[in-house]
Amino acid sequence: MIWNEHYETMPREELEALQLKRLQTTVERVYATVPFYRKKFDEMGLKPSHIKTLKDLKLLPFTVKTDLRDNYPFGLFSVPMEHVVRVHASSGTTGKPIVVGYTRRDIDTWAELMARTLTAAGIHKGDIVHNAYGYGLFTGGLGAHYGAEKIGASVIPISGGNTKRQIMIMKDFGPTALTCTPSYALHLADVAREMGLDPAKDFRLRVGCFGAEPWSENMRQQIEKTFNIDAIDIFGLSEVIGPGVSTECLEAKNGLHVFEDHFIPEIIDPKTGEPLPYGEQGELVFTSITKEAFPVIRYRTRDISSLNCEICKCGRTFVRMARVTGRTDDMLIIRGVNVFPSQIESALMQIEGLEPHYMLIVDRKDNLDTLEVQVEVNEKVFSDEVKKLEQLEKRVVRDIKELFGITCKCTLVEPKTIQRSEGKAQRVIDKRKI
Amino acid sequence: MKVQQVSVFLENKSGRLAEVTRVLARAGINIRALCIADTSDFGILRLIVNDVDKAMTVLKDNDFTASKTDVVAVEVPDTPGGLSRILDILEHHAINVEYMYAFVERSSDNAIIMFRFDDNDKAIATLSAAGITILKGEKVYSI
Ligand SMILES: [Zn+2]
Repeated sequence: MIWNEHYETMPREELEALQLKRLQTTVERVYATVPFYRKKFDEMGLKPSHIKTLKDLKLLPFTVKTDLRDNYPFGLFSVPMEHVVRVHASSGTTGKPIVVGYTRRDIDTWAELMARTLTAAGIHKGDIVHNAYGYGLFTGGLGAHYGAEKIGASVIPISGGNTKRQIMIMKDFGPTALTCTPSYALHLADVAREMGLDPAKDFRLRVGCFGAEPWSENMRQQIEKTFNIDAIDIFGLSEVIGPGVSTECLEAKNGLHVFEDHFIPEIIDPKTGEPLPYGEQGELVFTSITKEAFPVIRYRTRDISSLNCEICKCGRTFVRMARVTGRTDDMLIIRGVNVFPSQIESALMQIEGLEPHYMLIVDRKDNLDTLEVQVEVNEKVFSDEVKKLEQLEKRVVRDIKELFGITCKCTLVEPKTIQRSEGKAQRVIDKRKI
Repeated sequence: MKVQQVSVFLENKSGRLAEVTRVLARAGINIRALCIADTSDFGILRLIVNDVDKAMTVLKDNDFTASKTDVVAVEVPDTPGGLSRILDILEHHAINVEYMYAFVERSSDNAIIMFRFDDNDKAIATLSAAGITILKGEKVYSI
């Protein structure tokens, strides 16, 4: 299903003309109103009038996370505060958070984009949406909430936490759609089972929209099987708008359509900054072209993805970005090899019975990097024979060796010893002191 | 003729075995026999208890990974060569012993040894045919 046929299926040529017009307006706006951008442009000798075609996008400077932090809290706002009707902030694990603002029209745009997202997942008026994204400064909760209300669904604004109560409400209110992080979905399933429920049978769920953290295809299959639902990958980041930057469609479940009438995506080489052609993997970069309060120019997300311009069977003309498989800053370099935790997760999930509860511990001993993979032993992989469990450990070691050429140590641990996260899952402990 | 053993996964760190015995004791479950097979980082605890199903429930409620495994309780004459005769019979019939451990209690004058064979049914038939006593589950749980 498509929420906004006009824009979502717009012929490419028409779309690109629209993008150019909106890009030019945005560039003029930030040059005129945000001292940070004006200074950057001036240093490069760049004028808004230099942007004549979409290809000129690459003339524009990148914006990185530290730029946003340096202008804390409102330094990059492009409108006076009296026009800002809402602020959100990223969860700054270190230092100050990144603060973003929205005008009335930005809030409307965001609701429209989330309406498109939920519709792409097959959610419609008449559905009951259990929204377990956190409400508050985090964009997830309110983003999904406004979109669900816009399409006319009934929203349960449960937010995160108090999982047992969530299960009770899911059982009693009968939500048909679930929105939360993928790791929290699995946590909900664990708790439901502890409470004697079968997540595949005892809920009325039909579909879920999961995002806000990287996850794998195997994890999707596990969630789909566990709840007997379709699991859709949705993507967004507060710096760009929040959730509603891109979404998979139910028809293809293969890549996330970027809402290109509002954001221009690029893939760049994270080392050189050079734009890469369609199909190549690199760092995802976004330029917002309709936002008023907090426009971003070529914002480097640090997310690793690629863009696919093939026409999708759902009818949308928007390019699809590949599922984010990792972040340039999550990327571990172990003995000189680039390792994304999500790749290890995929390898583990190939092993029958294993669940995506794992922890990677990287250390350095005698100047050599070491990798330990901790895996929880559940009933499906447990055996009363030592040799069978040792075979499981060997299989993990062998599969990771095949993938990266690195010999790791696999440690089997008891269930529930690896922390379940209600937000972003912590998968890596890097003990190296370099 | 088989006996149900409870197998529990344990990380090799202090206090885990004590935790298992504690949760079982709290639920009023008696441990009849116990053995641990361990490696450098994990262990498998094998238990014979008086109430297998209750033990499984209690262990799962306490987040342990546990499973039920069929084992065979063999009465071994408490005389020199009692065990080796049994092992000879098994070897002769190409039955492998995955592991074995002794029961704490005794049945009359005989020791009881728990066996996990690669083929339990074949082992039971073979040993019975050789006149060796195999104990029933109900008997073992209540010794
Ligand atoms: Zn599609």
